[in-house]
Parts: sequence; structure tokens; C-alpha cells
Amino acid sequence: MAQYLFLTLAALSILSALGMVFSRNPVHSVLLLIFTFFCIAGQYVLLNAQFLAVVHIIVYAGAIMVLFLFVLMLLNLNKDTEPQKSTIWRITAAIASGMLLVTLVGALRGGVQVAVPENANGEVGLVENLGQVLFTDFVVPFEIAGILFLAAMVGAVLVGKRDIKA
Amino acid sequence: MLEIVRTVPIDYYVYLSTILFVIGVFGVLTRRNAIVVLMCVELMLNAVNLLLAAFSTYLSDAQGQIMVFFIMVVAAAEAAVGLGILVSIYRNTKSTDISFLDNLRN
Repeated sequence: MAQYLFLTLAALSILSALGMVFSRNPVHSVLLLIFTFFCIAGQYVLLNAQFLAVVHIIVYAGAIMVLFLFVLMLLNLNKDTEPQKSTIWRITAAIASGMLLVTLVGALRGGVQVAVPENANGEVGLVENLGQVLFTDFVVPFEIAGILFLAAMVGAVLVGKRDIKA
Repeated sequence: MLEIVRTVPIDYYVYLSTILFVIGVFGVLTRRNAIVVLMCVELMLNAVNLLLAAFSTYLSDAQGQIMVFFIMVVAAAEAAVGLGILVSIYRNTKSTDISFLDNLRN
């Protein structure tokens, strides 16, 4: 059962990612990317990473992609008039990324071995466990992440402001 | 042990993440709309996140999922600042075409 779910979600996410790259209309790209993110959230649920699944939906589908959609609407880019790169450039990009795919798959094929621990009960992804680790071993990075958010917020406001009076 | 750990080899996750990452690279190389390029970067980040979460579950080690959490933090900050920069670029050039953004070259 789990493997069929995995394969279905994998196929859906790959197809919608391809659709995102190839669709001319930026709004369609955003919507397909949101669908891809939901598929990835489904993978997290399959992996029993419940905290990550919820945070992924809240942060990506709820915040980041809404921000992207807002900017698209604000700049009025929701039409099919995006200029295309030349055919030779597209072919070159296709070849380059195909080579990257072949190289990565060739390098990783068969070389990945995971010794699943005996006492693995699949409960590492629960909120309780992650909270324990986050607030004991990773307290300092957590606080630094807060400072990073503050800096990003100030920076985004500063950059987005129309005129800054000196 | 989780059913997914028993029935799906970790290689499948490696291949899925690789394919999603390469699709993101292809999008960055071919699209000219800077917003779509940023979206492709988000897709690449998500491919890596998926692989980290998969290994974390298979190895029963919580640190991988904490890393995914921090990558999401950085991605959110990056999207906010990147879109702010894009809006101010659009205000000056009336376009989000990255081909126009070669002023530093000449």
C-alpha cells in the first residue's frame, strides 16, 4: 500500500514540476508548484514526519506561494506574454540539465546503503521528539533563526519601500 | 518499523529528489521571468528537504528533520527579500525579465 502511494505521489510531483517549468503563464506555474508542494507534504506524511508535513503546508503553500501570487498580481504579469529564450539556449539548457541528471544518478546508483536501526519505531518525526531535540541540542540555531527573520523582515521592508528619506 | 521503510528502498527517494532537483535547474536555466526563476530555486530546496527527511526517518535520527526545519526558515526569509528586490527592480525597469539585468557587465 505504502509503495503505491509513494509511486503515485512521486509521479504526480514530477509531472506537476515539469508543468510548472514548461507553462507559459506564471500564474499556472505558481498553482502547479503549489500542487507539487502538496505532493511533497504527502511524502512527509508517508514518512511519518508529521511536524514537517504541517509546517511545510503552512510555510510553503500558506505563506511563500501566497507571497509569490501577490507579487505576480501586483506586477500584473498574469498573461502569456513572457518572452522566451532562444531555441539554441533551451536545447543547451536541456542537454546541460540532462547531463547533470545522468551524472547524479550514476554517482548515487547502488552506492546508497542504509542500515535501519533495530529499535527504529518511526516516531522521530512526531512533534514531541522534534521539540525535545530543537529546544535542547539546537537552541542556539533556533534563536539565530529568529534574528535572521528579523533581519529579513527589516531588509524586505527597506528594499520594498518606495522612497527612503535620508 | 514503518511500512514505508520496509517496502520502499531509500534509492527511490534519492532518484525522486534528483529528478525534482534537475527539473529546478532546468527551469532556472530556461525561464526569463525572475519570479519563476525564484520558484524553481524553491523547488530545488524542496528536493533536498525531501531527501533529508527521508534519510532522517530511515536512520531514525531527528537531526535531519531539524535541518529541514532550518532550511524552511532560510527559504522563507529568502523569498521575502528576493521578492522585495524584484518589486523594486520592476519599479525601475518596468519588467521582471532577467535578461535586462546585465548592467553590471558593462
